[in-house]
Amino acid sequence: MKTSLIKHIALCFGAAITAAGFSLAAPGAAQAETLKVGFVYVGPVGDHGWTYRHDVGRKAIDKAFGDKVKTTLVESVKEGADAERVIRQLAASGHKLIFTTSFGFMNPTLKVAKSFPDVRFEHATGYKQSANVATYGARFYEGRHIAGLIAGKMTKSNVIGYIGSFPIPEVVRGINAFTLALRQVNAKATVKVVWVNTWYDPGKEGAAAKALIDQGADVILQHTDSPAAVQAAQERGVWAVGQASDMTHFGPRSHLTAIVDVWDGYYVARAKAVMDGTWKSGDTWGGLKQGMLAMAPYNTAIPADVRAMAEKAQADIMAGTLHAFAGPIRDQMGVEKVSAGKNLDDGALLSMNWYVEGVQGKLPK
Amino acid sequence: MEVLAAVLITVVGAATPLLFAAVGELVVEKSGVLNLGVEGMMVLGAVGAFAVTLTTGSATIGILAGAAAGAAMALVFALLTLTLLANQVASGLALTIFGIGASALIGRSFVGMPVDRLPQLDLPGLSGLAIVGPLLFGHDALVYLSILSIPATIWFLERSRAGLVLRSIGENHQAAHALGHPVIMVRYLALLFGGAMAGLGGAYLSLAYTPMWAENMTAGRGWIALALVVFATWRPGRLLLGAYLFGGITVAQLHVQGFGFAIPAQFLSMLPYLATIAALVAISADGTRARLNAPASLGRIFHPET
Repeated sequence: MKTSLIKHIALCFGAAITAAGFSLAAPGAAQAETLKVGFVYVGPVGDHGWTYRHDVGRKAIDKAFGDKVKTTLVESVKEGADAERVIRQLAASGHKLIFTTSFGFMNPTLKVAKSFPDVRFEHATGYKQSANVATYGARFYEGRHIAGLIAGKMTKSNVIGYIGSFPIPEVVRGINAFTLALRQVNAKATVKVVWVNTWYDPGKEGAAAKALIDQGADVILQHTDSPAAVQAAQERGVWAVGQASDMTHFGPRSHLTAIVDVWDGYYVARAKAVMDGTWKSGDTWGGLKQGMLAMAPYNTAIPADVRAMAEKAQADIMAGTLHAFAGPIRDQMGVEKVSAGKNLDDGALLSMNWYVEGVQGKLPK
Repeated sequence: MEVLAAVLITVVGAATPLLFAAVGELVVEKSGVLNLGVEGMMVLGAVGAFAVTLTTGSATIGILAGAAAGAAMALVFALLTLTLLANQVASGLALTIFGIGASALIGRSFVGMPVDRLPQLDLPGLSGLAIVGPLLFGHDALVYLSILSIPATIWFLERSRAGLVLRSIGENHQAAHALGHPVIMVRYLALLFGGAMAGLGGAYLSLAYTPMWAENMTAGRGWIALALVVFATWRPGRLLLGAYLFGGITVAQLHVQGFGFAIPAQFLSMLPYLATIAALVAISADGTRARLNAPASLGRIFHPET
């Protein structure tokens, strides 16, 4: 009896929260011309990371089209059955373009898309498409390459601390791209990885950064969303690289740069494609060249030659003459995975589940 | 050795918010009320302390605001469960969900803003000592306050008359009522204290542990505090031990990974919770001791007419 009551109350609250999210969608749709665009976020807009950057992209659509669009957001949507309900509700309430911005929204998005063939769906970081579901993602590993070059030059202890969220290919790819670049400029440097098993827990991220610093790391990388690690680095006087958004003001002395997500251009282009009737399904995996990520302003403490090296690497990646996973690449056992003159292909990148040479510890499976 | 000191300082940081929230909840439960809203009170305390510190520029006022925000939440809970006789479990859960939402709303404009960390004690000659200096004399005021709250709570519960009344109400509220003790008022006060302590725990998070505001930044620490109270079998002394043990495990699992031991990270992440379950089993295996410590009226609604 008690548990069913609790469940009931929890359900009521869930519904209330969702309703509150929807209240942002004022009863517009008066003009037939207005394109209604829906956004489903996995976290709160106030996370200052992943979801926050998607919301910046949403605002870019508002700004670009003014009265011609109406954007709606639903934040903190749990991956799973709840997501399907939210997506369905958006589709049923006249949204013709819907962005679902987390990997776990993949199957709910495809399911809802089947029932609404005239609605266009955009799913971030997924790999399944259909006639009206496109996928998109960013090659964040290109930014990790640049961060690796800088870290290799800035470290004194030759130990780099890396805070991982979950051992999935996206994160492993970042660690590997970083380590390869790091050891190109500093063969003695190694990377210590600590997994925190969360995308977002400021306290735990901060504690992980401190643990790594206590074990000798003097540059801290993170693949989690809060600025706690940058803050911890500042407190202990070591370097840090931010994630998702520019985190400079959380540690101006420590923040070397950050790998910033930039969805604005893609979102505006896709909204425009729907308006023009040119929208097509497909998969977009854009990098620095397409402007889907950017490097935050470099710390002024970075020496001019290091900065020039980072800027050259960025230019070369954009020009297509430099690949973050260019061979030869050896794994932790010293086995050659990619021979000289070859690049790792996208398929191998998307399913990466091994560490390159220079990363310490075993990858949890 | 320098490293050891640094590690232990991190443990203190991880333990302090847990200690605050757990001490408050312990007193609440000793009075016979089960408030599952610790997480909500904590997160509101975090945003309250952060917002006020940023706007007034004074961390002291900010800390007080954090405590006040937690107490205000507790007052809502008290009104619901003590005056309106609502179910404590359901009200507590609602308080947590409400607190997370309300704090996000209040904190909207404070996301992404840094604030200066709480100043740390700096005693000339002492704080500079190797190892013991930073470990004993290098913390901020809230850390010392959290530790002092333990002997204070022990004294209150076991040595003071008011503490005796509070415990008697928690054991048998009908009997205490018959003796003329103000059951409802004492429980109101206990809840307000619990709320203020949870608020202080939140304030420590947003002003000292990670000096920033981020939505849902308590990330489940209120629930750990609740578990700690049971873990400590309602004894403040064991609470101190438990909080530092939990903090220690949290930090140790990160270090173990950094040293490259081949223990799955996921296993380490669940260790603190395994410890709680183990403690629960140990407690229930010894029935008499559990009965002696757990307040007998815990979670039961008090109505003077029944």
